[in-house]
Amino acid sequence: MESSEILKQVNKIFIDVLDNETIVLSNETTANDVEDWDSLTHIQLVVAIEKHFQMHFTSSEIRNWKNIGEMCVTISKRL
Amino acid sequence: MNLPDFQTLKKNLKKDFSSFSKVKLAVLADSATQMYVQAIKGYGYELNLDFDIFEAEYDQIERQILDPTSDLYNFNPEFVIIFYCTNKLLKKFGRLSLEEKVEFAQHHIENCQNLYQNLSLNLKCKVICFNFNEIDESVFGNFSNKTPYSFNYQLRKINYDLMNLSQNLKNLFILDLNILQGRKGYEAITENKIYINTDLLFSIDFLPLVAKSTTDIILSIQGKIKKCLILDLDNTLWGGIIGDDGIENIQIGELGIGKAFSELQLWAKQLKQRGVILAICSKNDETVAKEPFEKHPEMVLRLEDISVFVANWNNKANNIKHIQQILNIGFDSMVFLDDNPFERNMVRTHVKDIMVPELPEDPADYLNYLRTMNLFETASFTHEDEQRTKQYQEEAKRAILQQQFTNETDFLKSLNMVSLVEPFNAFNTPRVAQLTQRSNQFNLRTIRYTEEDIQRIALDPDKATFSFSLKDKYGDYGLISLVIMNKMADNSFFIDTWIMSCRVLKRNMENFVLNTLVNFAIETGAKTIIGEFIPTPKNSMVQEHYKNLGFSSADNHWQLLLNNYNQKKCHIQIENNNGKF
Repeated sequence: MESSEILKQVNKIFIDVLDNETIVLSNETTANDVEDWDSLTHIQLVVAIEKHFQMHFTSSEIRNWKNIGEMCVTISKRL
Repeated sequence: MNLPDFQTLKKNLKKDFSSFSKVKLAVLADSATQMYVQAIKGYGYELNLDFDIFEAEYDQIERQILDPTSDLYNFNPEFVIIFYCTNKLLKKFGRLSLEEKVEFAQHHIENCQNLYQNLSLNLKCKVICFNFNEIDESVFGNFSNKTPYSFNYQLRKINYDLMNLSQNLKNLFILDLNILQGRKGYEAITENKIYINTDLLFSIDFLPLVAKSTTDIILSIQGKIKKCLILDLDNTLWGGIIGDDGIENIQIGELGIGKAFSELQLWAKQLKQRGVILAICSKNDETVAKEPFEKHPEMVLRLEDISVFVANWNNKANNIKHIQQILNIGFDSMVFLDDNPFERNMVRTHVKDIMVPELPEDPADYLNYLRTMNLFETASFTHEDEQRTKQYQEEAKRAILQQQFTNETDFLKSLNMVSLVEPFNAFNTPRVAQLTQRSNQFNLRTIRYTEEDIQRIALDPDKATFSFSLKDKYGDYGLISLVIMNKMADNSFFIDTWIMSCRVLKRNMENFVLNTLVNFAIETGAKTIIGEFIPTPKNSMVQEHYKNLGFSSADNHWQLLLNNYNQKKCHIQIENNNGKF
């Protein structure tokens, strides 16, 4: 899958989970840039992304991503 | 069953709760509970409840409960949820010496008891305590069953002792997390990496079920329970169609897929045993429909298990309304089971508030599906509940009879009512005292008496006491009414207490009671009887009681002159009067 396609699908999950149509993600987006993206909703996002891409992240991965780009790299590696 | 997922519950949080009733709830836990709290709050929206939740800081259970000035007490919740989790329990257990391990369960229970006592000293609240989901600690293997030093043994002992504790402490309720895990499995309810990262214990998909289980308990404590199960017959209670297939071909027991129906019937029978009313609502000829209950050797349910049996060709919504009238309970306390989606929708549309489970297509799945809904949560069980079916059967017979009579008099006559009148004595004292303490509606002055008070009153020469029992051709109501009259200096009688159970309303029982009082008063030479109504929030039913009985109003009291009293009309025979008043 193209990395732009992964980003697009992740973006859709963010919109759905955070219930906010206005979210536009880029590879550089961090938690600080997105309203309501906190440690709690992060868990929800991770679970939704795992379900969507049918994969599992490790404990370290989910706490070490610095931005959306790193998250998408992990997804792409596991696809 | 289809529970809303966590995402849906969370979206509910943004909705308008303002028209819902508020329930104040405190959550105390030794793991992170933010998402559990969100789930409860969001699930409340589905139930039209506005949960106002105090979420204690993480791991503050003892701190909040033992300090009488804590935020918890300041918040003053109606419900306190205590959730110790298995992971933390194991952490405590793991560090102990072997000697300490043997006493682990006991110490935990003592701690719970202590917390409960502190809570009940400082708050008027119900306590909901999670039990522990079992985990495989993998230290002793299966041998853990054979030794009290194992975590498994101590955890199961705690769960068992919690049950016993809650039987003694009436405001303590157990949330059976272990049962929920049994349904979903350990792997499904936990998410290790989330727990490791955040101390949130449950997987997101499990949270709605925990929230439902929590609110199930709260609703049942608030009295919002299901009291009646209404059952269709063909392809719901047995396989096949009795009218077409005949009694020998319906599937029940060993025939065809009969086992699925037998198990469903056994479940219904156990519900009946614990006080849930069973009713039948079926499109059938009544005699044909009743035949399996009377004659089929493999039927688990029999006619005596059914309070109201309705089989005809009317539409089911009307029949259910008829059942509701006989039972006189709310539609929101009824569950209707039917295999036919058309009937289900029809009933759902026309009978507001009734619960109609969307039964799976395959009867093999019926029972498991119903179990997962936990429809019949309850907050109490007494042996009186067992008697309920019989009482409602009697009520149903009376209702059927009433339909046949065009006027009330003929109906009342046909009941062959007989009343036993006695002064208070050693045998009826406990029931008399109980009535003075419990009756709220038909109670003119609402004065509460203890058993000792009643004994004293019975012996007082200036008081006249009357207890009334009633039975009719369908059954015995027991002691249902009582009166205490004080003899006054001016040779009149003052009615200190007049109480009647609402079960015997509309039977002219009050007329019978008044006739009895008047006859007694005249015999002693009294000229008047004085009554008084003291209003409470609950006794407006008898506001006009004395007026209706022909008393005239006289400065805040009601007065009945006895010299030209006409006996009131009633159709109750006096059974026996061996009392010397």
